[in-house]
Amino acid sequence: MSQLRINSADDKSLPRYIDWVTLVLYFVMVVAGAVSIYAATNSHYTLEALFSFDQNSGKQLLWAGLSFVLGLALLLIDKRLYDAYAYPFYALMIVLLVVTAFIAPDIKGSRSWLSLGPVSLQPAEFAKSATALCLAKLFDTYGFKLNNWKSYAIAGGIILLPMICIVLEHETGSALVYSSLLLVLYREGMSGLVLFALASVVAYAILALKFASLTLLGIPMGIALCFIVAMVLTVAMLLFYCRSLTLGRNVAFWYGGTGLLVWLLSLAGVSVNGWVYFGLVIAVSVLYLLFGMLRDDLRRVALTTGFLVASVAFSLVVDYAFSSMAMYQQKRILVTLGVEDDPKGYGYNVRQSQIAIGSGGLTGKGFMEGTQTKLKFVPEQHTDFIFCTIGEEQGFIGSMAVLLLFAALILRCIVIAERQHSTFARVYCYCVACYLLFHLFINIGMVLGITPVIGIPLPLFSYGGSSMWGFTLLLFIMLRLDADR
Amino acid sequence: MEKDYSLEKRKWLVVALVVAVVVLFAAKLYDLQLGDNNYGDAAASNAYLNRTIYPDRGLIYDREGRLVVYNQPAYDLVIIPKDLKAFDTLDLCQTLQVPIEELRQRINTLKDGRKYSGYVQQVLMRHLAPEVIGRLQEKLFRFPGFYIAQRVLRQYNYTCGANILGDIREVNQNDIMADDYYRPGDYTGDLGVEKSYEHWLRGVKGKEIFMRDAFGRLQGRFHDGRDDVAPEAGKDLKLSIDFELQKLGEHLMEGKIGAIVAIEPKTGEVLCLVSSPGYDPALLVGRERSKNYAMLLTNHYKPLYDRAIMASYPPGSTFKPTQGLIFLQEGIITTETAYPCSRGFISGGMRVGCHGHGSPLPLKPALATSCNAYFCWGFKRMMDNGHKKYASTRDAFEVWKRHMVSMGYGYRLGIDLPGESRGFIPNSNFYDKMKKGQWNSYSIISDAIGQGEILATPLQIANLGATIANRGYYITPHVVKEIMGVGILKKNRERHDPTIDKRYYDDIAMGMRMAVTGGTCRGANLPGFEVCGKTGTAQNPHGRDHSVFMGFAPMNDPQIAICVYVENAGFGATFAVPIASLVLDQYLNRNNGGLSPARQAAANAMASRHTVPGYTPIFSAPKRPDTAADSPSTAATHSKTDSATVKSLDKQ
Repeated sequence: MSQLRINSADDKSLPRYIDWVTLVLYFVMVVAGAVSIYAATNSHYTLEALFSFDQNSGKQLLWAGLSFVLGLALLLIDKRLYDAYAYPFYALMIVLLVVTAFIAPDIKGSRSWLSLGPVSLQPAEFAKSATALCLAKLFDTYGFKLNNWKSYAIAGGIILLPMICIVLEHETGSALVYSSLLLVLYREGMSGLVLFALASVVAYAILALKFASLTLLGIPMGIALCFIVAMVLTVAMLLFYCRSLTLGRNVAFWYGGTGLLVWLLSLAGVSVNGWVYFGLVIAVSVLYLLFGMLRDDLRRVALTTGFLVASVAFSLVVDYAFSSMAMYQQKRILVTLGVEDDPKGYGYNVRQSQIAIGSGGLTGKGFMEGTQTKLKFVPEQHTDFIFCTIGEEQGFIGSMAVLLLFAALILRCIVIAERQHSTFARVYCYCVACYLLFHLFINIGMVLGITPVIGIPLPLFSYGGSSMWGFTLLLFIMLRLDADR
Repeated sequence: MEKDYSLEKRKWLVVALVVAVVVLFAAKLYDLQLGDNNYGDAAASNAYLNRTIYPDRGLIYDREGRLVVYNQPAYDLVIIPKDLKAFDTLDLCQTLQVPIEELRQRINTLKDGRKYSGYVQQVLMRHLAPEVIGRLQEKLFRFPGFYIAQRVLRQYNYTCGANILGDIREVNQNDIMADDYYRPGDYTGDLGVEKSYEHWLRGVKGKEIFMRDAFGRLQGRFHDGRDDVAPEAGKDLKLSIDFELQKLGEHLMEGKIGAIVAIEPKTGEVLCLVSSPGYDPALLVGRERSKNYAMLLTNHYKPLYDRAIMASYPPGSTFKPTQGLIFLQEGIITTETAYPCSRGFISGGMRVGCHGHGSPLPLKPALATSCNAYFCWGFKRMMDNGHKKYASTRDAFEVWKRHMVSMGYGYRLGIDLPGESRGFIPNSNFYDKMKKGQWNSYSIISDAIGQGEILATPLQIANLGATIANRGYYITPHVVKEIMGVGILKKNRERHDPTIDKRYYDDIAMGMRMAVTGGTCRGANLPGFEVCGKTGTAQNPHGRDHSVFMGFAPMNDPQIAICVYVENAGFGATFAVPIASLVLDQYLNRNNGGLSPARQAAANAMASRHTVPGYTPIFSAPKRPDTAADSPSTAATHSKTDSATVKSLDKQ
C-alpha cells in the first residue's frame, strides 16, 4: 500500500498543472445538462422542484454533486495507481459485466442494471475507463507494437471482450461504443486499411439497403452499386496503394470499356443480365490481378484482390446479415435510410424529435416553453433525447453552442493526448476523445435523424448517474494523468 | 517510451472526423431549424387544442326599434378525428337517434385525412334537437373526440324583407381562403345586410387554448389562460327600413312582379325596399335551407333577384323631370318656353305619339300631362345645337349624359346591399358603335322620354324623387340607419349635388305637383298632404307596358320619396299610382294609426289584383319553425320510440 500513498507535494502543485480548460468545459456541460433535464421534466418553475430529489432534475443535481466529489477524489489519487492497477481493474470490470448479465433484472429488455440498495448502476459505463486504461497499459508495455497478428489479436481482444459482455446484457448500443477504440489503435499504428475496410463495409451496407428495391441490369440496384463502388475502389487501390500504374490503368480500361459497351447495348435495346456482366467482368479482373501479383508488389496486389473478392462477397450477404438483425433494429435502420416512412410507428421518435428541434427556430421557444418535450411527444426526453429539449427551447443558437462545447472538449482531449510524454497517458486520452466522439455522433445523429436510433446517452447531458459518473471517471483520470505529464 | 512522430500526423484524421461530425450536424440543424419547413405548425398542432368560442351575431332592428332578426341557439355535434378513441357506437346512435350505418359512414368520411384535417373540429351532425343535446351532454365523456358546438340560427319576427335582410350560410372553401377569420363549419352572411355588414355582425371569435400531451390528455390551459380571448358579440344593426311599411309594400305587390323603393330624402335612408315576388326569410334557415334555396333559385319568377336594386328597367315618363332640369340648366328652354303637341311629336318624318291635351304647353303643364312632344322638342333642340352652344351632336349628347350621371343614373348609387345594378345611360361612343356612326337627334329621340336605350333601377328612379324633394341634392341611399354602438357610416352620409342649379328644381316640383292635382296621377292625391308625382308607362319588349310612378310628399318639407314599378301592368295610373298612394298614406300617417279602414280595404283589394297569371304565393315558410320542427321527420319518429325506452330505463 505504500505505493498508493498520496503525494502531498503533488497536491499543492495540482491546481497549477490541472487542465482548467477541460475542467471548465466539464463544469459548464454538467450544469447545462442539469438545467436541460429540469426544463424537460417540469412545466412550472419552482425552487423546490429544482432541488427535489423526487424529480429527475434534482436527482441529476445529486449525481452531479457526487461527480464533483468523485472527480476531486480521482485527482488526489496517485497517477501510478492507474498504471499499476489497470489490468486488475479491467479484469474486475469484465467479471462484473458477466455477473451483471446473469443476475441483473430485466428492465425494458435490458439486463445491464445492478441494484445496490436505493441506486441502480450500469457497470457498462464504468467498463469504458477500465478498457481504456487496459489498452493504455498494453501499448505502454515495452516493445509492444501493432505490427503482427498477435499484437492485433491482443488489442482487439481487449476491446472485444467488454463488447461481448455488454451484448450479453442486451445493450447493443453501449457495446458499439467500444468500436470507436479502433481509432485509437489507428493512431497507435494500426494499418489504415482496417479503417478503409470498415468504411467500405458501412458504405456497401448503406448502398445495398437503400437501393434494395430498385433494379439495375435485372439485379437489385443496391448490389449493382456495391459492385460498381468496389470496382472503383479496386482501381483506386491499384493506383494509390499498390502504386502500379499499369495494373490500375488496365483494370480501369477493362471496367470502363465493358461498362460503356453494356450501356451502348442497352441503348440499342439489348439488355445484359447484371449477374452475368458483373460476374464475368470481376472474375476476369481477379484472374488478371492474380497474374499481376507476379509482376508487382505481391502483398499489396494480393490484398487489393482480396478486398475486391471480399467486397463482392459482402455485397451479396448484406441482405442476409440484415435480416438476421432484430426487427426493431431493421426498422430503425430503414427509417434512417429513408427507405421506409413510418411516422406513427418506428419513425415516431425521430419524427417527433425533428418536430421538436425544427420548431425551435433560431432562438428557441424559451426556457421551459418547449411543448414537444414537456407534453411527452418526444420519448425519453430527459435521457437519450435530451438534445431535443435544447433544440426546442434554445433553438439553433443553443444547439450550436452545445455542439461546439462537445467539439471543444473532444479537441481538447486530443490536444492533451498529444502533449503526453508517456504512451500510457496518450493512449488513455485518445480513448476518452474517441468515446466522446462516438457518443456525440450516435446520440445527436439519432436525434437529428441522421443515424439510426441507438440508445446511448449524450455525455454529461443525459439524465442518469451511471453515465454521469462513467464520463467523470474518464475525464478526471485523464486530468490526473495530464497533471503529472 | 519514445514518441513515434511518423504516427503523430494520424491525429489529423481524428480531428477531421470531429470537424466533419460538427459540420454535418450544424448543416442538419440549419436545415431543421432555419430551413423552410413547418415544424413549428406541427409542434403547435401536437400541443395545443384550440377551442373556439363563437360570438353572438348582431341583432337587426328596424327604424322604429322593432326587433326584426334575432338568434336562437342551435347545437352541432362535432368531432376532432385525431381525438377519436374506441367508443360504444350503439349507445351513441341511440342517444342521437340515428341509424348505426349512417353514423359510421359519416364518421368514416370525416376521418379521411386527405379531405379533412384530423386536428380540426369537423361537423358530424347539425342542429340537434335540445332534448337530444340534453341526453348527449350527460354522457359525452364516454365519447372521446366528440364535442358539442353551439351555433346560431337566425329567427325572424317578420315574414317580409328577405331581400334586405339576407341570410347566413355555411362558409365554403373560397370564403376560408379569402378570409382568415373563417374555419370550416362557420357561418357567413350570404345576401342582404347579412352579407354587406358581415364584418360588423359576426363579432370576434374567442378562443381557449388547452395543452394536451402525447396521449391526448388535457394538461390545463396554455399560459394559464393568459392567451385566451373572450368572444366579442357582433354589433346590432338598426335598419332605416320601416318594417310595417315594408310589410304593406310586399302585401300590395302580391301577385305582381316589380319593386317599391321609398327613401327619406333628407337622409337617404331607404324606408322600404320591396322586390316582388318576395319570400319569407325563415325559408333560408336551418336544415331545410339548401332545399329551399334551390327552390327559390330555380323558380321562374326569380324571387332571389332583388328587383328594387338589380333590375334595369326603362324609366319611361318618370325620366321627364330630368330632361326638364337639363334643358333649363343648359338654357335650351325657360319655364315660359312652350312646344306644340299635335297628339305627338311629328318631325323629320317621324312621330312619337302623345295623348290629347292642350297645345302648345310650357314646362309645368307638360310635366303634369306628361307630354311626350314637349320633351322630344327640347331634346331635339339641344342635340341639334339650336343655341350654337356645342361643337356637335356628339358633344351635346356628352353634356346631356354628364348631367344624367350626376343625377345618379348610369352608375351604382352605392347602396349598402350586395348586387346593385348600374342601369344604363348611353354615351356618344355607344351610339357610334350601335348606329355605325350614323346618328342624330331623331335616332336617339326616345331617350328624351325614358325609353330607347335608357335603363334605370327602381332605386335610381326613387333617388330622383329624393333629389327633387331635396331641391337639388341626394344622400347615398342606404338601408342601415346606424350600427349600434358605432354610429352612422361615413359613406351613408355622403351628399351628392347634381350639376343642375338648385333654382330649377322648384319648377319641376311644381310640375309634379300639378300632375297630382290635375294631371296624369290624380290617383296619388292624399288629403292633407301635398303629394308630387310623375307617372310612367314604360314600353318594353316583354309584353304589356310597365306601370311606373315616381314621386315624393309632402311638396314642402318632404318626408318620403318613392318609386313604384310594376312589370307588365299597363298604364302608370292603373297599378303604380294607387300602390304608391297607399304606401305614402301609410308612411305619412304612421303616427296616426296608419291606413284608415277604407284605405286598408283598398290595400287588400290591390293585393288581390294580380298581373301574373296563375300566380300562387309559394314563397312563405309553412310556419314559424321552432327547433323541434326543424329536426327531420325521421328523427322525430325515432324520438318517440326512443323516449319510451328511456322512460322504462328510468323506472329500473
